[in-house]
Amino acid sequence: MAQQLKWQLGTVVEIRQETPRAKSLILDLPDWTTHLAGQHVDVRLTAEDGYQAQRSYSIASPPEDRHLMLTVERIEGGEVSPYLTDGLRVGDRVELRGPVGGYFVWDAREGKHDGSPLFLAAGGSGVAPLMAMIRHRAHAGNKVPTRLLYSSRSYEEVIYREELERLSASDPTLRIIHTLTRRRPPDWAGYGRRVDRAMLADAAWPPAENPLAFTCGPTAFVEAVATHLEELGYEPGRIKTERFGPTGG
Amino acid sequence: MRDNDLRLDGNAAGGLLNEIFPFEMTAAEATCAGCAATSLIGELMLYQHGMGAVLRCADCDTALMRITHIRGSYRLDLSGMTYLRIASDIH
Repeated sequence: MAQQLKWQLGTVVEIRQETPRAKSLILDLPDWTTHLAGQHVDVRLTAEDGYQAQRSYSIASPPEDRHLMLTVERIEGGEVSPYLTDGLRVGDRVELRGPVGGYFVWDAREGKHDGSPLFLAAGGSGVAPLMAMIRHRAHAGNKVPTRLLYSSRSYEEVIYREELERLSASDPTLRIIHTLTRRRPPDWAGYGRRVDRAMLADAAWPPAENPLAFTCGPTAFVEAVATHLEELGYEPGRIKTERFGPTGG
Repeated sequence: MRDNDLRLDGNAAGGLLNEIFPFEMTAAEATCAGCAATSLIGELMLYQHGMGAVLRCADCDTALMRITHIRGSYRLDLSGMTYLRIASDIH
């Protein structure tokens, strides 16, 4: 079915401070059609002089939610993210269009996926679209074996930390593996370095299980994950990537 | 910053492509004129700039699609692709 996306206005109904640098915006969109986990929206800001800046943000909420969640990390010197994290208040309106994308998506519903184990690898706020998949999977009662390897700078900067703990505690088929690249709590028992081939060999499903991999984060992170997974024997077509550039802006 | 840091996935061009094509384009298949590889638009490398975007082959770097939007017109240079298959039943 052909469809032309239109710009629409969403109203901020809640702002959640996720970490010192990241906030989630919960938006009410009267004209929203449903989305698929993994899709993004384009957000457009217009200055009084007509200058426009546009960025893509992944949708973090599952299709089952009534409101749309975008999680935005504040980028110093960014053109769009400081406004979204610092300038917005509940009741403000945001212009966006979507949902966009048919490539980096996963559908938990029966018959819409091939039953393969999922390997998800997130760098920082790149966890957002993968969180939409995890939330969607939980809503659908889907039990496809799933692992999330999640790289953050520090424990305080782990976005959705408590929700991930809660979801994995109640679901033995979901495992969350953290790596903290800069600072670690004194008793930290998890990984403490950037993702490398040895870490992926441990954390990712063996290629023989025909896993499907999704990775999202800064370009360098995504390219490291994709390269190492290929070296480990993953088929390139089974590794879906979503780079958000050097900054995400 | 290395130039490579600026590249995104073709996936991020979905909104722009939807301004031109009435279909979900990131899952469309394109064949590269440089190396004959067929890939999804979402898998190509995207370089965005002020007036538009360039989508390049992830294997050989050939520019499959150059899109600019100037003075009220979209201009597409598709000389880097030999084939484009767009599914009409997904949205």
